[in-house]
Amino acid sequence: MKIININDNFDEEVRKYKGISIVDFWADWCGPCKMFGPIFENVSKKYDNIKFCKLNVDENEEIPKEFGIMSIPCIVMFKDGEEIKRNIGFIDEDGLNDFIGDLNV
Amino acid sequence: MYDIIIIGAGPSGMTAGIYSGIARKKVLLLEKEAYGGQILKASCIKNYPGLDNVSGIDYAQKLYNQVKELNIDIKFESALEVKNYDKFKEVITNKNSYKTKTIIIASGAKNRKLGLNNEDKLIGKGISYCATCDGMFFKDKKVAITGGGRTAIDDALYLSNICKKVYVIYRQKEFKFDSINLSNLRKKDNVEFIFNTNIIDINGNEKLESIVLKENDIDDTTTLKIDGLFIAIGHIPVSEMFNNLIKTDEKGYIISNEECTTNIEGIFVAGDIREKNVRQLTTACSDGTIAAINACKYIENEKQTDKCI
Ligand SMILES: Cc1cc2nc3c(=O)[nH]c(=O)nc-3n(C[C@H](O)[C@H](O)[C@H](O)COP(=O)(O)OP(=O)(O)OC[C@H]3O[C@@H](n4cnc5c(N)ncnc54)[C@H](O)[C@@H]3O)c2cc1C
Repeated sequence: MKIININDNFDEEVRKYKGISIVDFWADWCGPCKMFGPIFENVSKKYDNIKFCKLNVDENEEIPKEFGIMSIPCIVMFKDGEEIKRNIGFIDEDGLNDFIGDLNV
Repeated sequence: MYDIIIIGAGPSGMTAGIYSGIARKKVLLLEKEAYGGQILKASCIKNYPGLDNVSGIDYAQKLYNQVKELNIDIKFESALEVKNYDKFKEVITNKNSYKTKTIIIASGAKNRKLGLNNEDKLIGKGISYCATCDGMFFKDKKVAITGGGRTAIDDALYLSNICKKVYVIYRQKEFKFDSINLSNLRKKDNVEFIFNTNIIDINGNEKLESIVLKENDIDDTTTLKIDGLFIAIGHIPVSEMFNNLIKTDEKGYIISNEECTTNIEGIFVAGDIREKNVRQLTTACSDGTIAAINACKYIENEKQTDKCI
């Protein structure tokens, strides 16, 4: 699925979304986030049933605060708008595939 | 079978990758986290010849691009053990095992931990070892930093520009050096120094809530409520997984020499993990160069003995 930016519309795109979404919390000043960017994009192409989103923590400070994000890169997986798991720190493609696991959605 | 396996994609490992890649060896570069190593934390590099004011991230990215251009394998796996056999060596990772003629250990150094309960559990949930990476999440909040070196002072100054309050906790009675950043830090209204004191406990479940402080020679303890704790108490070598085979000094640095050899023939060492006095980018890259060239030489020599037999 195509990656969408959700700096302004977390509620619409994630909180109210029925299904699985993954949010990549990132910032310009975060090196490992930049390294993770292309990995997130590559993997997103392989899954049609997951919504891949990016949220810039400088553009939107409220949502990171609400979810207690205190270190990035951090990816959080949501099901029907509820957090089901997260990973803090850089991971490669295999790591991201493992994180997604075999979701039968 | 690989010619060379390099463990660690920090500056030394990536430099070794460049040299061995250009020499057209069959190379595998292993990295367990993000490529770049410690330099990722440097906000600005001012002392690398020929580069001015580049950030650690940009430097790491450039170096990585340079390595990727070459025809070598790069895998994000963690080396757990190295084994030495008669004719070859083996590297066991968290996912696979690989045979190789030579190994270059370039595993560098990692943050020293306080070693307290809850410390690991709360990393990324209030505990951090990198102010420039995570400081922004503590905007207008109360944080503490512990450590007494230049990194601790520089980080404290950085945090004091973002956070509401910064406690600087140090176990000695005074700092052992002076710097511009330290005198600037002393002038800050929102910074409070707590000397002669250790952190003895960390509290919090889902996130950090407070730390417990104990002043030397005093029995009472105090609890300090904070949102973030930054730990800047130095680095330790990452050599524990090679201890069974490779000789280290009492601190854990791998014993070596100018040629970057170790006690095992065909296993070389490069960068901050090597026993030495100066640990900088320039010395890391220098080691990477020497280790790669010597690994190539070792492979060539082995070939000749094979032919003789
Ligand atoms: C905050 C900070 C600022 C600095 N600023 C400067 C500066 O301005 N100028 C300067 O010259 N130097 C600076 N340094 C020092 C410089 O970063 C180091 O000397 C240099 O990074 C050492 O490189 P290295 O490759 O030996 O080790 P490291 O940088 O430590 O890299 C080692 C790599 O190996 C990986 N690794 C470890 N174990 C394994 C394993 N088992 N399997 C796979 N991979 C593994 C690690 O994840 C890491 O990526 C700074 C250091 C810090 C912490």
